[in-house]
Amino acid sequence: MADSDALSTGERSRRNVLKAGAAVAVSGGVAPLALAHPAVAAESALPPPASTAEVTLRVNGVRRNVTVESRVTLLDALRERLGVTGPKKGCDRGECGACTVLVEGQRVKSCMTLAVMEDNRDITTVEGLARGDELHPVQAAFIQRDAFQCGFCTSGQIMSAVACIKEGHTGSHAEIRDWMSGNLCRCGCYPNIVEAVRDAAKGGKL
Amino acid sequence: MKLFDYARTSRVSDAVGLVAGHPGGAFIGGGTELTNLMKDGVLAPDLVVDVGALALADIGVRKGQLLIGATARMGDVAEHPVVRERFPVISEALLASASPQVRNRATIGGNLMQRTRCWYYRDVGSACNKREPGSGCPAIGGQNRWHAIHGGSDHCIAVHPSDLAVSLTALDATVLTLGPDGRRSIPIGDFYRLPGSTPDQETALRHGELITAVEIPESGPAAGSRYLKLRDRATFEFAVVSVAAALIQAGGVVTDVRLAFGGIATRPWRSAGAEEALRGHPLTQATIAAAGRALVDGAQPREHNAFKVELVQRALADILEDFGGRK
Repeated sequence: MADSDALSTGERSRRNVLKAGAAVAVSGGVAPLALAHPAVAAESALPPPASTAEVTLRVNGVRRNVTVESRVTLLDALRERLGVTGPKKGCDRGECGACTVLVEGQRVKSCMTLAVMEDNRDITTVEGLARGDELHPVQAAFIQRDAFQCGFCTSGQIMSAVACIKEGHTGSHAEIRDWMSGNLCRCGCYPNIVEAVRDAAKGGKL
Repeated sequence: MKLFDYARTSRVSDAVGLVAGHPGGAFIGGGTELTNLMKDGVLAPDLVVDVGALALADIGVRKGQLLIGATARMGDVAEHPVVRERFPVISEALLASASPQVRNRATIGGNLMQRTRCWYYRDVGSACNKREPGSGCPAIGGQNRWHAIHGGSDHCIAVHPSDLAVSLTALDATVLTLGPDGRRSIPIGDFYRLPGSTPDQETALRHGELITAVEIPESGPAAGSRYLKLRDRATFEFAVVSVAAALIQAGGVVTDVRLAFGGIATRPWRSAGAEEALRGHPLTQATIAAAGRALVDGAQPREHNAFKVELVQRALADILEDFGGRK
């Protein structure tokens, strides 16, 4: 479905690219610079600004191509265009953390970045953690510690926890709480989440 | 979110040229602020130029100055060994900001350019002189618990939200920029404007001018500097009141002191009066109280934020305790 989507919007994309290019030329957007530094400008391969772009996202190790409007967030591209629904849309403004994914191994809120900004980057979502039937230690720890009720925030909590452990911010309960503070849990499972992160960090009994 | 054109370039001059030549153009760094403002309709640029690929992310000391590139990420700066050891107030201010996910993405330049958290500014259904000049300021007679007691005007009392900017104000940082007219060095004290009758003009930047770095002089006070942030919850929240303090003592008296405050003013607030009350004196209950009084001299509290007058004095006394002062 994603591929046919990309094809159909690809048509729209090319028209918009042309329109966008023309608009900039008419408004003289790059002209002053070209006049000031003709040699530099001639060497510079600055692609014309465009309202859509073809983007390649390496999602959980698989290259996925998608044509998106520039205003589409990484979260919406993953969920609505690529069918990767592990990242959740809670607040859609960077406050709840349910959309947390890893980009090049770093945890980010996918609702606060545009898909076009993540072109050619590695994206890891909760779907990419388990190896076959074998759960990732953080997933196993969340189950062992019963670290959720409704589960809506859980995929974001787990992605954040994976990064938090890798960053080494698990020295104490207080440190875990501070460094997991970008992920809210409306059910209030924080004590169990902290225990799960602690367990997984220790590599203890899972 | 309104549709916009997007461009990404690895050349600083191209980025500046694109935005400068386009009245509705804007830069995007980490995106953690602009995406929200665009979703809410507070800002609606028709051209967004991504500065993420510019080679402006270096952090290092050169000729007695710490240079932090504008696209360095908050988290990387906070954990940089030189920043932690010789400019701790910057590291502490950054670690007290936002959440780990945001700090992984938000840039130093973007942090300095973030907009106020005033809820009337953020709500396009409300009047706001900052967002829509001339429409009025509902905060002055409305819900103003978070608002300024210093630096306000009849047009705006919104607080500047950046912790980083408060720490840089204490350390006399300079903002380096590149604009269509070339390079500029802007002392941080001149970078943020008081709202006056034009609260929509927040900084000294001209359209298309890009922050390329901030420069902070090394000093004894910087090496022992501290940040204290008081907020409504333990973490991941903006300041109700904050203090950046850098001071050194010799022979039992304060010989050099810089104090800047967040959460209480329309821009990061340096208090010359509070510094004067301490300079040349020992840190005693009396001198600390005098500094607190000087700090709130001329304050204009509103209906819901009068508590800040007391709270910021207590915050100052608290942080001075860390330097050996007694409350």
